[in-house]
Amino acid sequence: MKILVCISSVPDTTSKINFSADGKSFDKTGVQFVINPHDEFALTRAVWFQEKQGANITVVTIGDASVEPVIRKALAIGADQAIRVNAEAEDSLYVAKQIAKIAQEGGYDLILTGRESIDYNAGAVPGLVASILKMPFVNGCVKLEVEGSTLTATREIDGGKQNVSASLPAVIAAQKGLVSEDELKIPNMRGIMQARTKPLTVVEPEAVNTNLKAISFEAPPARSSVKLFDVSDVASLVRALNQEAKVI
Amino acid sequence: MSVVVYVESAKGKYKKSALEAVTYAKKVADLSGTDVKAVAIHSDAPAEELYAVGANKVINLTDDSLKSISPDAYGKALAAQIDGEFIVLTHTNDGQAIAPFIAVEKDATLVTNVITAPSSVSPFVAKRKAFSGKGIMTFEAQGAVKVITVLQGAINVEENAVGGSAEAASSGVSAGVVSVTGEETAGDVLDLKEADLVVSAGRGMKGPENWGMIEELAKLIGAATACSKPCADIGWRPHSEHVGQTGKAISPKLYIAVGISGAIQHLAGVGSSDVIVVINSDPEAPFFKSADYGIVGDAFEVVPKLIEEIKKLKNA
Ligand SMILES: Cc1cc2nc3c(=O)[nH]c(=O)nc-3n(C[C@H](O)[C@H](O)[C@H](O)COP(=O)(O)OP(=O)(O)OC[C@H]3O[C@@H](n4cnc5c(N)ncnc54)[C@H](O)[C@@H]3O)c2cc1C
Ligand SMILES: Nc1ncnc2c1ncn2[C@@H]1O[C@H](COP(=O)(O)O)[C@@H](O)[C@H]1O
Repeated sequence: MKILVCISSVPDTTSKINFSADGKSFDKTGVQFVINPHDEFALTRAVWFQEKQGANITVVTIGDASVEPVIRKALAIGADQAIRVNAEAEDSLYVAKQIAKIAQEGGYDLILTGRESIDYNAGAVPGLVASILKMPFVNGCVKLEVEGSTLTATREIDGGKQNVSASLPAVIAAQKGLVSEDELKIPNMRGIMQARTKPLTVVEPEAVNTNLKAISFEAPPARSSVKLFDVSDVASLVRALNQEAKVI
Repeated sequence: MSVVVYVESAKGKYKKSALEAVTYAKKVADLSGTDVKAVAIHSDAPAEELYAVGANKVINLTDDSLKSISPDAYGKALAAQIDGEFIVLTHTNDGQAIAPFIAVEKDATLVTNVITAPSSVSPFVAKRKAFSGKGIMTFEAQGAVKVITVLQGAINVEENAVGGSAEAASSGVSAGVVSVTGEETAGDVLDLKEADLVVSAGRGMKGPENWGMIEELAKLIGAATACSKPCADIGWRPHSEHVGQTGKAISPKLYIAVGISGAIQHLAGVGSSDVIVVINSDPEAPFFKSADYGIVGDAFEVVPKLIEEIKKLKNA
């Protein structure tokens, strides 16, 4: 089984997010980049298939040269080779078209992604890839098994879970639960050494017209300072929630 | 021409988020001088719920091929309903699964996680969530057709009664490539993403055996329950309750956080709640900086008092 894992390089979850003075762009100064946390669940499950079912894993990232440390980390965790599409991601469709092209050329059986990127927050790339390639799509995936050319999966839906099945090739968007937190792999020395010599191919992007652009960014509105109530005066808090905030 | 909106229902009622989506569609329709056509799939909810928020027409697709969700088939069926410039969906897992298929089918522009009504419809300019709630992006979308998913909880449902009509219809699409083989839904537990009020607790609760009072408080005010990531990771609570950057992102009207420190990853998922109440024994807990109301105190003392005071209020 050939697996393609789509990895997005994103600001570390502890990062403060600042924008340029004109509000037009994200200010990367001092920001550490990591594998998108949702993609880590996908990658870890792929490594499970590699170890248990002999799968071969390629990771793909659309990004400029600055994303290579993140790609090397994915290789250190266990991917066999990597492809970087040399472009700044413009919007979801742009990224999806690059991935779809790589996926088509490589003939992968399974394309794994994260639920969403924690910087762009679109939750759109995986569905677009599936739709462009006319493949079955399962998102919110919290359980995934493959037997022969059939997959069975569990996806989260509002208020519950749904069990599904489909045939390969397919696109799966992973989220927390697909593997347990303690299965997430921290690369060891051996993995890091091996990653240095694993193949990383750089390819040029395909031209894509997109109709969506970011005009500006702003920080979310700040909250005014907290109103504190004494432990002996819970009644006043309840009154405030009832009469001032009108939420209970 | 109309603004099409896909409406999700559950247990014989349209979801609150479906009413939010119709409210959104109505705003887009008003700005573009058209009306709203709501499309449901195998829904048994009454269409009147949708007329009340501005849907002029309600179409219920009842093909056997659409009995359960397969994103390709749902995408195709909904794409065929588009007769104008817009289709609006909710940013649920289902919405996120279907919207890209509509977009590719119609060669349309897809914009997701939208949080405000547009300031202009042509080009379409509005705001969407970015950086997991740490930022807001203003975007401009061009193109003949726009597929828009609206974040649950971002738009307030507005009454806007219109005279509507409903019909059952068939889309004629064949069955999709994903088969649903079973479903488990939590009986009468309020869904976290749909909930207006949420009571959440963290490691300050010391152990899963202490959640009784959290559940009691939630039940009393009609809230859903949530938890911080470590509580789900160590198995105190189910993963489906985990909120934050790596869990669910929610925007309820009220978020009560008990014994949660307020780490940046936690705030990323709950910071857009309208009103935040923090109960924490440590006055230095970072959560107090992002709260509207707070009590510095022991949860085991404060929560029972809170329950008692709310009971008094309800009985008054
Ligand atoms: C990649 C990554 C992603 C993450 N994603 C998330 C996420 O999505 N969601 C999330 O929640 N976290 C996330 N985290 C974890 C986050 O950094 C914090 O570790 C976590 O939120 C802390 O949970 P907590 O507040 O319950 O526990 P703690 O930080 O241990 O805080 C417990 C709090 O309870 C208070 N307390 C103790 N006893 C009492 C008492 N008797 N009464 C009242 N208060 C009391 C303490 O003062 C303290 O503030 C992530 C971390 C990483 C690295
Ligand atoms: N630049 C990128 N390169 C590779 N994969 C990506 C990229 N951006 C997004 N993805 C994948 O698509 C998923 C959803 O991203 P998004 O649609 O941006 O929320 C991510 O979890 C990744 O798996």
